[in-house]
Amino acid sequence: MGLDVRFPIGGMFSIIGAMLTIYGIASNPAIYEKSLGINVNLWWGLVLLVFGLVMLVFAYRATKA
Amino acid sequence: MFVLGIGWVLRRVIKNSEDFFLSGRSIPAWIAGLAFISANLGAQEVIGMAASGAKYGIMTSHFYWVGAMPAMVFVGLFMMPFYYGSRARSVPEYLKLRFDEKTRGLNAITFAIMTIFSSGISMYALAKLFELVLGWSFHGSIILSAVIVLIYIFLGGLTSAIYNEVLQFFLIVLGFLPLVLLGLKDIGGWSGLTAKLATVATNAGFEPGAWTHSWKYMDSPSHNPMGMEWFGLVMGLGFALSFGYWCTDFLVVQRAMAAGSMTAARRTPLIAAVPKMLMPLLVILPGMLAIGLHASRGGFLPIGSDGQPEYNLAIPMLLAHYLPTGLLGLGLTALMASFMSGMAGNVTAFNSVWTYDIYQTHIRPGQTDAHYLRVGHAATVFGILASIAAAYSATRFNNILDMLQLVFSFVNGPLFATFLLGMFWRRTTGHGAFYGLLTGTITAALHYGLTLPRGAVPGIKGGFLGAVLHVYPSEMALNFWTALFAWTGCFVATLLISLVTKRTKTDEELRGLVHSLTPRVQEGHMPWYKRPVTLAVGILVASTILNIIFW
Repeated sequence: MGLDVRFPIGGMFSIIGAMLTIYGIASNPAIYEKSLGINVNLWWGLVLLVFGLVMLVFAYRATKA
Repeated sequence: MFVLGIGWVLRRVIKNSEDFFLSGRSIPAWIAGLAFISANLGAQEVIGMAASGAKYGIMTSHFYWVGAMPAMVFVGLFMMPFYYGSRARSVPEYLKLRFDEKTRGLNAITFAIMTIFSSGISMYALAKLFELVLGWSFHGSIILSAVIVLIYIFLGGLTSAIYNEVLQFFLIVLGFLPLVLLGLKDIGGWSGLTAKLATVATNAGFEPGAWTHSWKYMDSPSHNPMGMEWFGLVMGLGFALSFGYWCTDFLVVQRAMAAGSMTAARRTPLIAAVPKMLMPLLVILPGMLAIGLHASRGGFLPIGSDGQPEYNLAIPMLLAHYLPTGLLGLGLTALMASFMSGMAGNVTAFNSVWTYDIYQTHIRPGQTDAHYLRVGHAATVFGILASIAAAYSATRFNNILDMLQLVFSFVNGPLFATFLLGMFWRRTTGHGAFYGLLTGTITAALHYGLTLPRGAVPGIKGGFLGAVLHVYPSEMALNFWTALFAWTGCFVATLLISLVTKRTKTDEELRGLVHSLTPRVQEGHMPWYKRPVTLAVGILVASTILNIIFW
């Protein structure tokens, strides 16, 4: 049995998402002027994190079945 | 920039888990489908479609809703049984089984040329990106990209191509989506965009809606930016180019050949069509946003040497404009990773086609493996050098999709006629296929050599045969007609030559390769909603609806 593609995808996006989220909290708000004042690192980081975790959950459930 | 590094590290780690894809049946169908479009959704496509969105407006969506959708349905329903059933592992191999060695050889040569151009176009786009981000000169950037690809290939970067492609698919989608959302919010939603694009259209001398209606202005070539009327578009793009691309492009079709069963192989392109249908949102819309901003804020896109905006830079400029440090890294990683694998994939394909389908078969058969390995290495280096030349010729096109489709019109357009006849008419002979394909390619060259897009000088953009018989309103119009001419030339020549030459293959030899000699796929036992036909009808209905919405 090979590795389910959802593990690496989920893992990768969870890590990137988490990093972006943390960066979004810690970064200077001035850099968000170009993105219309929205802290895109924070919000998109959260989106990626959720996406990554969902992938991981599905991949994990597939190994149980 | 920090995400850039992370992306790379992860890619290296993940690469070790090779054959997970070929492990076959455990893979959910939707992932096989994603691999199918990932093979097609390179950065080339992203940059090219965005450039076309800027240059031609919403009419670019015809590549999806008129071109790709019916073609993918056709591949799934009608072509896959032969590809999959023949047990051929590549498109040239199918040609050898169905026709003969020389047809395979000719296809291998045109395919090799196509890979060089594709890789060159990716190289050009990557160099442009380096130029923008690092501030290097274009020459320096080209050399940098060539060196990176060489290292990438020699490190064995392509061991699990399909795997990387799925990963990149998600990187591209999730890396660009925030860009589209921000851009759309900034410009004031769809209505804001329509208003801005009306200025673009009237400045160019068209009706205000020319950039935002896909069919309305196609009554005459002079009414729309693409310079097409509906017949040429439907036949040239919808039929010759799209069917040619999706039915015969080796890199794409191969993904479905790896499926676990006949039904899975047939369903792969159909499942792939669903996300493909939504792609215009992600790749064409940014181009339209960029040209809208260009018109309303003045000089958003840099002006190229031909006095036109550099449409190719639509996505990179938007990235730099909207994304802050952090997310910007994600967007750039997505682009670069995809250029890199696009180049590496094409150079590797060139290497194997040259070494096995041409050199070993026709030039020097019967040498040692070590000999062929050396030839392969030399081919890789040669492929990269040739790509550099192709990258420089790409600088002459302000829209890389124009150039890409030009190459496709030479290669895939005529090849599709060969396949169509070969698969559905058992009387088609090897001589017919070979000379037909040759005629088709020459027809393409003649048509290209005798016509020009408006405003271009004879040379790389056509018209090099001295006389210019016709001037098309745009590069894309020329491509569509080239493809249609090439298809017709190949079709007629194959038909006539087959009628006057003897068949060399018996019915028995053609079993599984030709429609009338292949047992029908039995799917009657499946519930109706799981059958490929149901899915196919759904896709066609949905793309018709999309066409009507943006009429």
